[in-house]
Amino acid sequence: MDSRGLFSGSFSIKDVHPAILITAVFLVAYPSFATDFFIFQIGAYSLILGTIALSLMMLAGYGGMVSLAQLTVAGLAAYLMAILGDNSMGVMGLGWPWWLTVIVSVLGAALFSTFIGAVSVRTEGIYTIMITLAVAVAFFYFVRQNYVLFNGFTGFAGVEPPTLFGIYWRDPVPFYYLTLTVAVGFFGAVYYCARSTFGLALQAIRDNPRRMRALGFNVTLHRIVAYFFAGVIAGFAGVLLVWFNGRVSPGTIGVDVAIDILVIAVVGGLRHPVGPFLGAIAFVLLENFAIDLIDRERFNMVIGTAFLLVVLFSPDGLLGLWNRFRDKFRFRGNALLGDERVSKNDPTSTGSLEKN
Amino acid sequence: MARVMRNFVERHTFWAIVLLLVVALFLLMIFAVWPDWLVEAMGRKKTFVNTLLNGITLGGLYFLVASGFTLIFGLMRNVNLAHGSMYLLGAYIGYEVADRTGNWFLGLAVAFVAVALSGILLQVLIFRRMADDDLRQTLVTIGISIIAADAMLAIWTGTTYQFSPPDWLFGATTLPVVSVVKSSGAAVYIKYPVFRLVVLAIAVAVGIGLWVFLNRTRIGMMIRAGVNDREMLSASGVNVQLVFVLVFAIGAGLAGFAGVIGGTALSVAPGEDIRYLLASLVVVIVGGLGSISGAAIGALIIGLAEQFGLAYFPTYGVVLTFLIMVVVLAVRPQGLMGGR
Repeated sequence: MDSRGLFSGSFSIKDVHPAILITAVFLVAYPSFATDFFIFQIGAYSLILGTIALSLMMLAGYGGMVSLAQLTVAGLAAYLMAILGDNSMGVMGLGWPWWLTVIVSVLGAALFSTFIGAVSVRTEGIYTIMITLAVAVAFFYFVRQNYVLFNGFTGFAGVEPPTLFGIYWRDPVPFYYLTLTVAVGFFGAVYYCARSTFGLALQAIRDNPRRMRALGFNVTLHRIVAYFFAGVIAGFAGVLLVWFNGRVSPGTIGVDVAIDILVIAVVGGLRHPVGPFLGAIAFVLLENFAIDLIDRERFNMVIGTAFLLVVLFSPDGLLGLWNRFRDKFRFRGNALLGDERVSKNDPTSTGSLEKN
Repeated sequence: MARVMRNFVERHTFWAIVLLLVVALFLLMIFAVWPDWLVEAMGRKKTFVNTLLNGITLGGLYFLVASGFTLIFGLMRNVNLAHGSMYLLGAYIGYEVADRTGNWFLGLAVAFVAVALSGILLQVLIFRRMADDDLRQTLVTIGISIIAADAMLAIWTGTTYQFSPPDWLFGATTLPVVSVVKSSGAAVYIKYPVFRLVVLAIAVAVGIGLWVFLNRTRIGMMIRAGVNDREMLSASGVNVQLVFVLVFAIGAGLAGFAGVIGGTALSVAPGEDIRYLLASLVVVIVGGLGSISGAAIGALIIGLAEQFGLAYFPTYGVVLTFLIMVVVLAVRPQGLMGGR
């Protein structure tokens, strides 16, 4: 895709890279050959975690704001689902119809995210990570202490998706397609957003906020709007998460899990929206099958080490590794392929994450 | 100090008066015998005085933890999110030493030195390689804290440990504060654990020590110069890397030191690392990153807020802490004492 094709609006099937087609066919056909365990516990779960990490990727990769509170936002949506809808704990459970519950939960999460953004964007750079971490920890302790609204340590159980069109949506195959639709939808939205006027302005603000301010852009507003969009993504993911687990408790939104989301996004790569999903798949596979290799208890050690290695040696994550590998390969074949490499370069992949 | 106070009074006369009135009110509430209507409104006086003292001593503990955090950030722009792990590591090491030798003070000293050494290792092996990339440094500290938490869980398991400090540090003392006057006319005095008062004394001592170190010694002068302009300090012939290592050692050592103090005042268990990391974060966000006096003020505010929240509105205690943080960020994003 050359840069002209990107903005002129012309689009044809020939522009689509064969790898994307293969991936799409694989994702759609996946339930036909995988077992229920692989569809639900691996497939759907990866997509949910990937979607939460996608909201972080959008903020961190395009906005330069590493927020550790994205899981907290998703968690609030999950809690709202249990509080406003139905649960089997006898606490709250206002019994709203499912569609209203979903809308209000997602909007509530998005507003919460906007609020976190409004609080944290007034400061620069490294403060964001501290403030959002403080928010995440404070929210965790709050829901654990509060029994009136959040049912304290136990949390809520028995939160179910509705039965619609005669399909029970928590069955593996329908649930997989539901998460796939949401994940692909938001992937496309983020991918499009990065090329929209708003996305380009956001990336420019990431690279040089002072210059953008001087050009007349409202830096703070752009950042807060980015938090709102990220909140919508995380909110939907939170709804799916509570349907997936059937329950939500302080453990769901613990600090260790919030950091797992950061690990997923960073290990996958923060430069492209596909990164979080790669990271999520790697994470879920590791979580399920590392038990065979090491003690279950030491799983965090493996995750921590993997994260540390990625941060130390490949700051762009798995995507960075892949790009490096591809570049090396291309470099060798350069004589044959001519300047194709230049034209195929993704314009967004040249962005930097560095703080200004 | 006197000049600083006079400056403050001259510049913010209104706030100085408000502050003075609040302090006077608190003193009055501590020493006067409460009339019935006040008891009705606020509960027993004993609860209030105990909560106040708990808040101040907890603030002292938070200051010990957060001062290291803010010192490291002030000079190196390194947000060390493994600071909570260092606190917990110090507590465990201190416990092992104190348990084996039976000497609590030895445990305290060894914890300081051991954690300071681990800080030096981190600075030399990792952070020096990625200077000027503070986001990556922060991510690395997150990775380290994940690994450290898991390693400590593997070694010391999930058990809760309790220090046994010397007897004269333990037990309770009677304060010269009257709780209630019985109908017989005899006054009942309030008792308070000695160790908590010791925590406060240590925090004050460390605070004064840091102030003297930073303001009255040559190395302190270098550190302050480094906070203002690292390149200029380096250009004037100071080995900045050595100063970094020293500051990192002191900051990490303070975390380990606080681990033993906090572990003795409360207890040692997995999960405490996150709790004290949160405390450090909120304290420095409120107080202002990189400022020692900010850490002291922030620690006092957060300690008090947490204890009063716990005593007077139990299930919403955390919200109070959080609200303070939000209000400070809205009014003064750089923190109460933050310069930049």
